[in-house]
Amino acid sequence: MGLGQWIEIGHMDELGRMESPVHRLDARSKALTTLVFIVVVMSFPRYEVSALMPLFLYPFAILSLGRIPPACIVRKILVAAPLALVIGMFNPYFDRQPVAAVCGYVISGGWLSFASIIIRFTLTVGAALALVACTGMDRLGAGLERLGLPRVFAVQLLFLYRYLFVIAAEGSRMTRSLELRSAGLQSLRLRVYGSLVGHLLLRSMDRADRVYRAMVARGFDGEIRVMRRTHFRWTDWMFMIGWTGFFIVARLWNLAELVGRWLTGGVS
Amino acid sequence: MHMADALISPAVGGALWMVTAGLIAYCARKVKQTMNDRLVPMMGVLGAFIFAAQMINFSIPGTGSSGHLGGGLILTILLGPHAAFLVIASVLTMQAFFFADGGLLALGCNIFNLGFFPAFIAYPFIYRAITRDEHGILRAWLAAIVAAVVGLQLGAFSVVLETKASGISELPFSTFVLLMLPIHLAIGIIEGLATAAVVLFVAHARPEAMFAAQIEANKSVTLAPVLIGLMVAALITGGAVSWFASTHPDGLEWSIAKVTGKEEVSGSEGDLHAKLAHLQEKTAFLPDYSFKVLESDAATETIPATTKRWPVVSAGTSLAGIVGGLMTLGLAGLIGFALKAR
Repeated sequence: MGLGQWIEIGHMDELGRMESPVHRLDARSKALTTLVFIVVVMSFPRYEVSALMPLFLYPFAILSLGRIPPACIVRKILVAAPLALVIGMFNPYFDRQPVAAVCGYVISGGWLSFASIIIRFTLTVGAALALVACTGMDRLGAGLERLGLPRVFAVQLLFLYRYLFVIAAEGSRMTRSLELRSAGLQSLRLRVYGSLVGHLLLRSMDRADRVYRAMVARGFDGEIRVMRRTHFRWTDWMFMIGWTGFFIVARLWNLAELVGRWLTGGVS
Repeated sequence: MHMADALISPAVGGALWMVTAGLIAYCARKVKQTMNDRLVPMMGVLGAFIFAAQMINFSIPGTGSSGHLGGGLILTILLGPHAAFLVIASVLTMQAFFFADGGLLALGCNIFNLGFFPAFIAYPFIYRAITRDEHGILRAWLAAIVAAVVGLQLGAFSVVLETKASGISELPFSTFVLLMLPIHLAIGIIEGLATAAVVLFVAHARPEAMFAAQIEANKSVTLAPVLIGLMVAALITGGAVSWFASTHPDGLEWSIAKVTGKEEVSGSEGDLHAKLAHLQEKTAFLPDYSFKVLESDAATETIPATTKRWPVVSAGTSLAGIVGGLMTLGLAGLIGFALKAR
């Protein structure tokens, strides 16, 4: 994990604090709708490609209504892509059963399911990133807590998020000072590594202790009270029901193929 | 070994979500019961520490490459299983949210694979069995390496099982196992080395830090809830997966068919029926595992049936699919653009 990724988190944080119709929606409705979206996408049969296309409408609409620059989401999808690609690449190798013929070329099942995996990956990752970019971690954590996430875990998420940058800055200061003192060092020996990361750990623990004392001084009694009131308004219901309806329609009927039939004059 | 959404079926993802949700609720209750307020900020900050520690690499002795800390084992050593499981879960959630490292549907699987095994198996039954709460040099190295290796091997094996049960990847079981286990043996050794180096340093530089953090850890894990958890996990996974995956292509499709009453309306004429018949015909193409087995049992006389199983897609239909797919993709993009222009 490099420094670039930290800048990326900061970027996502900024995006999450923007103002837009999508940002104004309740975190719960967005989280639930996105989860339904991912389940619907993954429920398609494994050779499905064209029927997945209409579902791109959801991430596209969220990103543009939320005024999120698509480039930043696309970059993240590309960075995460190799993982799915590596496992998916085996499909064309093991599944050579021909399933379709296009303009004289025979397409094997493996290539079709590989294409399907890539599209699903783009859809699911894109939707998840769009959710975070349009909600922000604070609102998302509070929303998840109201959806029934155990309080201890919701607080843990918010605390982790709060100290992510602080501890990362501490870590990068330590590595920078090490680099300054050891010209051209490629990577650390295990002993040095142990003491460097150990020191980082001790500093983090000290900080936790200071945070704890500060919390106690302000009346902390073991119970965290999340003070964010969000209301589930009619727009949230509309958002959830409308999109879920669209997902179900797109799941039951291959909209892309219907459009294609209509355009190609009903061949077949 | 973060699993992505694109390789997981909703049945497997949902089952592991339920298991993980149960574990989180159980751990949250346990952490609350310790009544140690200090744990609240400590857990949050240590989660952040794991992120920061992953930025720092060390060179692996004897090789040219470098590695870094994964974090599951060291968190368990510092915080004890219950609190550590929550911290690991929160770190993985954050990675899924911000780096698309493992998906949302796969989050249950990832938390289970990377959290459950180090916290509830490797730490209590291997690490503590070897160290016996002494921080002797040799013992600590051995314990950390063996515990990290076992934890990661179990996790990697469960990745294979979950991927296989999802049926999206075509990778044969044995190949996948042979691919995953050696890689994770290496990763486990690196994880063990890094964990031991840090733990030994802290135990040497500030022994009371180890001691203080182990207050919760010293209440030893009883075997019963762990075994019950594993059994419930096996039952839910096995039940859900076999129920959905064996007789039906997948759960949602099955439930949608149930809701729309495919069987009931099949007699009626009309547009809806044609569409549903189309759906039915499409679902029949699906390679269905138990179906396949049945067919191969009776393969000798049902040769037409096996050939029919593969979709004999005409060029026209494929063309319609491609044209339509591209058109709807373009349309989705245009709508997105139009919404932005507003």
